[in-house]
Amino acid sequence: MGLLSLAIWTPIVFGVVLLALGRDDQAGAVRWVALIGALAGFLVTLPLYAGFQLGTAEMQFVENSMWIERFNVNYHLGVDGISFWFVLLTAFINVVVVIAGWESITHKVSQYMASFLILSGLMIGVFCALDGLLFYVFFEATLIPMYLIIGIWGGPNKIYAAFKFFLYTLLGSLLTLVALIYLYITSNGSFDIATWHALPLGQTAQTAIFFAFFAAFAVKVPMWPVHTWLPDVHVEAPTGGSAVLAAIMLKLGAYGFLRFSLPIAPDAAHEWAGLMITLSLVAVVYVGLVAMVQQDMKKLVAYSSVAHMGFVTLGFFIFNDLGMAGGIVQMIAHGFVSGAMFLCIGVLYDRVHSREIASYGGVVNTMPRFAAFALLFAMANCGLPGTAGFVGEWMVILAAVKFNFWIGMASASALIFGAAYTLWMFKRVYLGPVTNHHVQELQDINAREFVMLALLAVAVLYMGINPKPFTDVMDASVAGLLQHVAQSKLP
Amino acid sequence: MIDEISWFAIFPEAVLLAMACAIALLDLRPQGPLRGYTYTLTLITLGLVALIEGFFASTGLTLYGFGNMVIADTMAAWLKCFATVAVMVTLVYGRPYAGARDMLRGGELFTLSMFALLGMFIMISGNNFLIIYMGLELLTLSSYALVALRRDNVQAVEAAMKYFVLGAMASGFLLYGMSMLYGATGSLDINEVFSAISTGHVRHQVLVFGLVFIVAGLAFKLGVVPFHMWIPDVYQGAPTAVTLMIGGAPKLAAFAVTMRLLVEGMLPLAIDWQQMLMLLSVASLFIGNFAAIAQTNVKRMLAFSTIAQMGFVLIGIFSGVINGNTISTANAYSSAMFYVVTYVLTTLAAFGVIMLLAREGFESEEIADFAGLNQRSPLYAGVMAACMFSMAGIPPLVGFYAKLSVLQALIASGQAMHIGLAIYAVLMSLVGAFYYLRLVKVMYFDSPITASEVVAGADVRIVLAINGALVLLLGIFPAGLMALSAQSVLQMLGT
Repeated sequence: MGLLSLAIWTPIVFGVVLLALGRDDQAGAVRWVALIGALAGFLVTLPLYAGFQLGTAEMQFVENSMWIERFNVNYHLGVDGISFWFVLLTAFINVVVVIAGWESITHKVSQYMASFLILSGLMIGVFCALDGLLFYVFFEATLIPMYLIIGIWGGPNKIYAAFKFFLYTLLGSLLTLVALIYLYITSNGSFDIATWHALPLGQTAQTAIFFAFFAAFAVKVPMWPVHTWLPDVHVEAPTGGSAVLAAIMLKLGAYGFLRFSLPIAPDAAHEWAGLMITLSLVAVVYVGLVAMVQQDMKKLVAYSSVAHMGFVTLGFFIFNDLGMAGGIVQMIAHGFVSGAMFLCIGVLYDRVHSREIASYGGVVNTMPRFAAFALLFAMANCGLPGTAGFVGEWMVILAAVKFNFWIGMASASALIFGAAYTLWMFKRVYLGPVTNHHVQELQDINAREFVMLALLAVAVLYMGINPKPFTDVMDASVAGLLQHVAQSKLP
Repeated sequence: MIDEISWFAIFPEAVLLAMACAIALLDLRPQGPLRGYTYTLTLITLGLVALIEGFFASTGLTLYGFGNMVIADTMAAWLKCFATVAVMVTLVYGRPYAGARDMLRGGELFTLSMFALLGMFIMISGNNFLIIYMGLELLTLSSYALVALRRDNVQAVEAAMKYFVLGAMASGFLLYGMSMLYGATGSLDINEVFSAISTGHVRHQVLVFGLVFIVAGLAFKLGVVPFHMWIPDVYQGAPTAVTLMIGGAPKLAAFAVTMRLLVEGMLPLAIDWQQMLMLLSVASLFIGNFAAIAQTNVKRMLAFSTIAQMGFVLIGIFSGVINGNTISTANAYSSAMFYVVTYVLTTLAAFGVIMLLAREGFESEEIADFAGLNQRSPLYAGVMAACMFSMAGIPPLVGFYAKLSVLQALIASGQAMHIGLAIYAVLMSLVGAFYYLRLVKVMYFDSPITASEVVAGADVRIVLAINGALVLLLGIFPAGLMALSAQSVLQMLGT
């Protein structure tokens, strides 16, 4: 069994064991088994880092065996510089969310933990799959645990949110399924993604395929104007669900653009790049403004996610290596930062049971250690140099200025809006005098929460100070992808 | 021509018939309220028959018997094997349910089920219009009686009447169509009808006229729009055990008959019947999915969902021949076969859970009755959720691969309209996802109305767990069943 298979199946096996054996009256044991499973899942990804060869765009750690002979579907796994970090990121975030749900989840603990473990394995599968159908199976299968996570452990309006999440994303994916089958037939019976990359396609076919993929990936990212599900879902989802959703699930869509849309339909991607850039800029600027007026902290961070993901798609569609690498770096950084932001809100919510900004004020007086962490993550969210949030945004802005001054200018304005909404929220929630007795009675974070936030803080700072290991891994693959996209595939 | 091979070809049918008669007699022996003795004997018989069929299927032989009147090929053997297993599973799930509703005072549930199964066998193996018709009548007559098994229940009797009247009319359609074809071609033998049509000397109008009636009859049996009116009423009105007996295994037989009549008998008329099936399919997907949303009764909802699912099966059947080109034929028909088999598997588990939740004097049929099932029994909630996600076509459950393969067959035809149809079909399955998800929502997100434990005998528990696990496992390892369908259909087309 290869390393990637281990990374995928270790958490899933632990999850299934928890489902089968977990009892509601043994919640303590269940939590420990889940933590062991998540840690094991993370540990098996570390040899990937040790063994990853820099300087090549080839797929590494490849595993390939026949899965469904009749449709020529292979269990074909591999990572390159583009997908590599997401395998580690997913496994890492999984550890954090298991810790995050330790005390706040008391109902059906084994199903909760199992959902997250299985979800983590499935998402790693999405990043590793080199077979179109295998990708789709993992991509779609993630809907089931997420649906249950939102619906069982969510807030008051959880059922609406769960349905909206499921049906909205399913609509996009179903159109993608048609495109996958079309590619399978056009390529004379192959689901291999590399074969599709080399497949010549006419302009009409490319456009149709591009928009079929767009339907799935743009909803998942989410790009403006199909982002409306995200705030609703974030508000209702439990803390861990929000963290995974923002940190990893949104990246599935952006990753899909890199693995499918750009290389399979490069001519259509160039033709429609203007539209994509426009949508990205609208997300960056307009959604950034929308975030500013939110009353609900989770909604604010959700809109801020949409704006940050706008940078990612912007970076992809200006077609230069700085922009694309910047987009990927931004995906990783956003994984750490948005996950951390949601966990911080969770820490407050566990104590006060409110997400309204107005319910807080002066938290720094009663929870100084926690406020320090929150400040760090808030700074990272506005893209302060020295934090992870800065690197990707800076790369994308630089690339955008190179591409077109006004586009660069517009995207750079996001730094101002980002700082405005994040810091304003920080001021209202944390600073100033203690406003009410809830805040007065707050207890500072315990050891468990400290560990959870410290893990993320280390990651945010490390990536901000030393981004080179991250960009080194992706350079060769990004160059290879851009070179491929630059060639026309018209027959 | 009755030779040794003939007897060999119908050996499983003979065993089934003999044992059904014997069990009807042995049932007179005094026994407990759940008729454990008859039950055990029936299961042993069916298990034996399934083994014989499975063994026969694995040999890959094709036998003709009684002067070409019956055929025993791999497809028939597998379908019969699956149908037998489906009936066994139905009986396991249905026995406690029937026992609690006073339906086990005699052993009719078992003997009639065996005769219904015999009818399915004859339909699947028939190679002659009249043989197929006889099998069909044996199946439907047994089914009418099964639906009416609860004599004192108004709903059941009403359902039986509806079923009988409409079913008789559909049989009439089918028979009328067959007689037209007989008049045009001078034969009842499917192979000879095929040759006669292939010559091109038969008048096309007469053939198409007969074809219309045959397709209408088949559409009734498959339960597709606009011949679907009986399905919701009968599904809802019949005792759930019988609903499953009607909605499970017979779909396999209906598929086989469609293959025999339309493909083996009338492939040269494909261009005509494909258009008819396409219309039926489009209408079924629409009405089945939208009507299912409005239902509050689970059985009725599943009835409409069946209609929609059969629409997908038809997609596989009508994508077979494109402009007279038969290259993708095997691909398309095997996808339809895979769809039917997995559909039956999923339906069995779903109705199994419904019967499990029903108690004495209480039918657990309303969607609200499933509220909070996850808290009462995570296992059964899990099985039901797997079925729902599978029917909605969400990977990695087996229903996804069924939808994938029929859509693949549809798009493989390379016609622009078919791509449009594929998009229509996936949009309809999105509508379908809504009501399947609603049941999952009720089971997982709502609070239970009753905290009572779900009790079930060991046999039901084990079979249901295996059944649910198969819905998932066949989704993770679908290759075997797909290869089996492909091989069966290839062999059928080759002979």
